[in-house]
Amino acid sequence: MTAWIHNPALILIGAGLVLPLLPRAVRAVLLIGAPLAAAAWLWSMPDSLTLSATLFGYELTPFRLDALSFVFALLFLLAMGLIGVFMMRTASRTESAASLIYSGSAVGAVLAGDLATLFIYWEITAIASALVIFANGPDSYRAGFRYLMIQITSGLMLFVGALIHFRETGSLGFELFGLDAAGGWWLFLGFGIKAAFPIGHIWVKDAYPSASASGTVVLSAFGTKMAIYALARGFAGTDLMIPIGTVMAAFPVFFAVIENDLRRVLAYSTINQLGFMVVGIGVGTELALNGAVAHAFVHVFFKGLLFMTMGAVLLRAGTCKGSELGGLYKSMPWTTALCIIGAASISAFPLFSGFVSKSLIMSDVAYQGHVFIWLVLLFAAAGVFHHSGIKIPYFAFFAHDAGIRCKEAPAEMMTAMVIAAVVCVGVGIFPQPLYSILPYPVDYVPYTASHVLSQTQLLIFSALAFTVLMRTGIYPPELRSTNLDVDWFFRRAIPDLAAASERVLVTLRGHLDRAFGVCARMLASRALRERMIHSRPTGAMAWWMGLLFAILLIFGIRQG
Amino acid sequence: MNKPIGSDNDRRWLDEPRNVDRVVHTLYAICAVTVLLDFVVQRHETLDFAHWFGFYAWYGFVACTGLVLAAKLLRVFVKRPEDYYERARRSRGERMKTER
Repeated sequence: MTAWIHNPALILIGAGLVLPLLPRAVRAVLLIGAPLAAAAWLWSMPDSLTLSATLFGYELTPFRLDALSFVFALLFLLAMGLIGVFMMRTASRTESAASLIYSGSAVGAVLAGDLATLFIYWEITAIASALVIFANGPDSYRAGFRYLMIQITSGLMLFVGALIHFRETGSLGFELFGLDAAGGWWLFLGFGIKAAFPIGHIWVKDAYPSASASGTVVLSAFGTKMAIYALARGFAGTDLMIPIGTVMAAFPVFFAVIENDLRRVLAYSTINQLGFMVVGIGVGTELALNGAVAHAFVHVFFKGLLFMTMGAVLLRAGTCKGSELGGLYKSMPWTTALCIIGAASISAFPLFSGFVSKSLIMSDVAYQGHVFIWLVLLFAAAGVFHHSGIKIPYFAFFAHDAGIRCKEAPAEMMTAMVIAAVVCVGVGIFPQPLYSILPYPVDYVPYTASHVLSQTQLLIFSALAFTVLMRTGIYPPELRSTNLDVDWFFRRAIPDLAAASERVLVTLRGHLDRAFGVCARMLASRALRERMIHSRPTGAMAWWMGLLFAILLIFGIRQG
Repeated sequence: MNKPIGSDNDRRWLDEPRNVDRVVHTLYAICAVTVLLDFVVQRHETLDFAHWFGFYAWYGFVACTGLVLAAKLLRVFVKRPEDYYERARRSRGERMKTER
């Protein structure tokens, strides 16, 4: 029994469940207090602790604390405490409750020692995080449904993978699998969808900008990092992840340059940063894995900070579109300064947090002799400065003055942003505390004259390129637009095809009607036709889900 | 809440084009200094070609210029109106209605 209830995750989930019943002041206390209490509990636990339980005759491990799960659990708890401060004033009941449950289940997932427990928490994160999106109101419903479909698909693949693995090996333990293990590919792709592998990445750019000012910060913190943990646990050293991660690091940079919605620019840059982590896990040495974990840790804070500043802009200026913004530094000087700190951190400027984590990965990629990969990652590192480091602060706060005059961010948001900024600079200057909680011993010195100089050259000349292109008018202007991505297939091609085939069916039915009269009417009853036409999108959604589930099950059964 | 732009008390240091030039010139100077430091600092590189003079400088500049030009080209193919997906959805809905 203890194995099930001895878990800091349950504090957050419990708090999330009672939160909607409480008055506002108590909700605020709970939003910050619950994660911090859980973090204190986690901190007081021994370094390594595994609790097993038997359920229906199966041996399960609902709780496993070790060096790897500790870092991620601690990260999620601290992040939730910080986001709690940010959201306490503006977030709705639903959003606050869903955020606590989401973060709690993410903690539960990284502390899960078996695939069954992992699956349960994995699915709770899917539902709770979709609620975070839905809480933003009717405009977010469609994006929320698209998001939920993809998250559930990821969970189903995990489910099928776990079933196959169990049938072949008789074990549900969540250990290092590799692709050759039974069900390995299913688990890999299930994790991969959530970690924004190419094609799977569409949910990130689609969903993040659809949530509220604080909801986006919540979304950015947990789901993808939980997947990074799962990949590090199950697939460390899987070579395939090196090219996958490299593609992830490189391609979003191009989309980010021409994207107008600044929160979507940050979503693309999240994929880019996840790419570095995926490469690190793929390389799989102690140094590279440490790098991936360290980068996940600092990423939550600097990306959180950037999303917070954009959330504050959305709240005060009413929009996050580059084409509408500009000159906000006059109204929001503090937010501007904090955004620049976040930008410097994600760009890995010396003295900021990205520098001490990304260099672990970059160095090891070079040590292992992956020359081409290293060059692409170096391009991506320059590119991230270009779009997250310069473009975000420049178009939001500087550029041409759009004439928006608004109030500075509210005190609660400001407090959270300041704390996040302190973490970014603190970790950047004193990396040792972070290094000390990484899964493997760290023997790496980020601050050498050589390394500081090379990184500064790279970044300052990227800034030079931006400046030159801007002043010569070559830089593409921010335009109100939608840029097609892989989501075109899901949002345009497939629905169009479905609509076309539906029309063919309806026409066919008309002919049938005339030809066979009553007989045909019985075959394709009016009720059926009505349902097909009127129930979209929910009906179509259910249909697609059903089909997907069936395909997954058939595959699963055949493989099993 | 919206004050007129450009009124005297609203103008800041950065609104003066001369000051923007100053910022840019400072950037040029920093660029020059970081490259010249290559003469002074012995860089330790794992990969041989990274020892080339100013490697990171020209790589950063070329990478970002190439990135922006490629992104401009990408825009030709992927840019659509802001309500592209909504429009498509509406037109599908209307077609269905008229055909019924």
